Amino acid sequence: MIRAWVNSPSFDNTVQKWAGKVKDFILGICMAIIIVGVCYIILSPIFGIVSRAIMTPEDVINPLIFLVPQNFTMANINYAVLHMNYWRSLAETLIFAGAFSLLHVIVCSMVGYGFARFKFPGSNILFAIVIVTIVVPVHSYMVPMFLNFQFFLGTNLNLLDVGNGWLAIGLLTATGVGLRSGLYIYIFRQFFRGLPKEIEEAAFIDGAGAFYTYVKVMIPNAVPAIVTVLLFAFVWHYNDTFYTSLLMPNNRFLSSMLMTLGNNFSAREFVFSPLLIQMVVFAGVMLAIVPILTIYLFLQRYFVEGLERSGIVG
Amino acid sequence: MTKAKTTRRKGLTLRHREMVLGLMFISPWIVGVVFFFFVNLFQSAVFSFNNLHIDQTYGGYSLEWVGLTHYRFILFEHGTYIRQLAESVFQMLINVPLIIFFSLFMAILLNRAFLGRSMVRAIFFLPVVMATSAIEGSLQLIMGMMMGGVSSVPDEVMRAQQGFDAQSIAMMLWQFGMPMVIIEYIIEMIARLHDVIRASGVQILIFLAALQAIPPSMYEVAQIEGATGYEAFWKITIPMVSPLILTNVVYTIVDTFAQSEVVATARQMAFTNVYMGDGVHGFAFGQGSAMALVSSLAACIVLLFVGWLISKYVFYYN
Repeated sequence: MIRAWVNSPSFDNTVQKWAGKVKDFILGICMAIIIVGVCYIILSPIFGIVSRAIMTPEDVINPLIFLVPQNFTMANINYAVLHMNYWRSLAETLIFAGAFSLLHVIVCSMVGYGFARFKFPGSNILFAIVIVTIVVPVHSYMVPMFLNFQFFLGTNLNLLDVGNGWLAIGLLTATGVGLRSGLYIYIFRQFFRGLPKEIEEAAFIDGAGAFYTYVKVMIPNAVPAIVTVLLFAFVWHYNDTFYTSLLMPNNRFLSSMLMTLGNNFSAREFVFSPLLIQMVVFAGVMLAIVPILTIYLFLQRYFVEGLERSGIVG
Repeated sequence: MTKAKTTRRKGLTLRHREMVLGLMFISPWIVGVVFFFFVNLFQSAVFSFNNLHIDQTYGGYSLEWVGLTHYRFILFEHGTYIRQLAESVFQMLINVPLIIFFSLFMAILLNRAFLGRSMVRAIFFLPVVMATSAIEGSLQLIMGMMMGGVSSVPDEVMRAQQGFDAQSIAMMLWQFGMPMVIIEYIIEMIARLHDVIRASGVQILIFLAALQAIPPSMYEVAQIEGATGYEAFWKITIPMVSPLILTNVVYTIVDTFAQSEVVATARQMAFTNVYMGDGVHGFAFGQGSAMALVSSLAACIVLLFVGWLISKYVFYYN
């Protein structure tokens, strides 16, 4: 009877079904192990920061307590909010980072499209220069940049005075040489080059101009790239201390407040124990991360939506 | 507006029209690169041939021409610069393939549907946030305070404090009686794994965007034609992602380079001169500029070579 069952086609089907199930199960377990392991490595320092930020000083010096605080407290967070002037600086930072990351997307996608689709003499050399702008570290021409803004092109025109440095950073961003602009241009260029040319040609044949095609056809197809660049530009502007401290010395952005939080707390509250200062700084770091993560979770949906929106038919 | 322009230029040949349009699209960047990049870079190169003296009393600075002295010094006399440069390039060559493979692998995993995917993606975004100057800087500052008022702590101390604790594993394996050679290898791998994960946040996101741009219909067709998952990966995923593999390789090289010791040294030289207003040691800034230029040149050469090598295999849809 068993032999008959083994020889029957239904046996083959059952074996195949179960083999597939076992394979999926094993693959799933492997995936789960890898993902959980990597997540642990990423999260372990952050767990340390968060747990310190909500501990009382007694818990910190108690060797029996590890990660999970015995007495939960908001004191550190309250100090951090107070001494970073959190809400105000957060609002300013969000406006700053939001405005400039949008500008980055507009300019860099345009330039990237220009490099991706139009062939003209010297375009390869010009693109090599884009790579050079990514490679050369900003601080290697930090002083010349500062001087250049203060005495623009050798005249007495001081661009740093206009709008508290917003103009200077705005100019850098709008001309595609700002904070990591080269990388964004590169991402857009590669992305546009990867898109099929037929969709544009259809638009061209229908009589659309180049700019119209770019806005109406290419941009909707590039949503994943746009979201990626928007996210990077936002995070890097949000956390940037280099450009802001060089070109906006009077800024009150979250990044600068975070850098000075330890000293401010120490000086204003007369706390000199590094252990206590550390707890407040950790709370500050936590407060700085939370808004970005929220924005990421919000933007993440467009990562997936981008796919359905894109009108590519393969 | 543009429409009108293009119709007016109907008399031009197609190539000319393409050229004009291309230049129009990249015109903002051309302005920027001339006025805000080359002008500054040129000035920086000029500084590298000079000693910079900052005037403490009246402000401003004066230059003292010293020719190739700084270059001669950093290339032939400086104790550590050449060694650091070679080490940085070497590290770059080890790290880049590791990071690229790892991030592509993780991006493919994260692109699949599974329970809690959006949470996991948010976690993978954290290294990008943590590796920024404000957060890293403030953590470093407070670590310095903890270590006794030293403002800049060696990276190793930071990593030991925050990172994955490999020592406990080493002790455990040692107590199991494992040979020291294997333990050392495992520890080395763990240490590098941690670095690789921390350094590949950006690359994972870029790959995710690339993966999502692949039309699903391609996979459907492949499946109907009888391709296995393995074949689909090599014939669809890799070619479609390859333009952004190149981008990621370039970014990884640049990023590894930016984190390397050479750049840190050059930065330190520049900052010393500027913030201390160091009038006596006016050479520091010139030397810093020279170091930055030489190491940038080295990175550009590596990029040129690697980019040329990879771009032969990159597939563009057209």
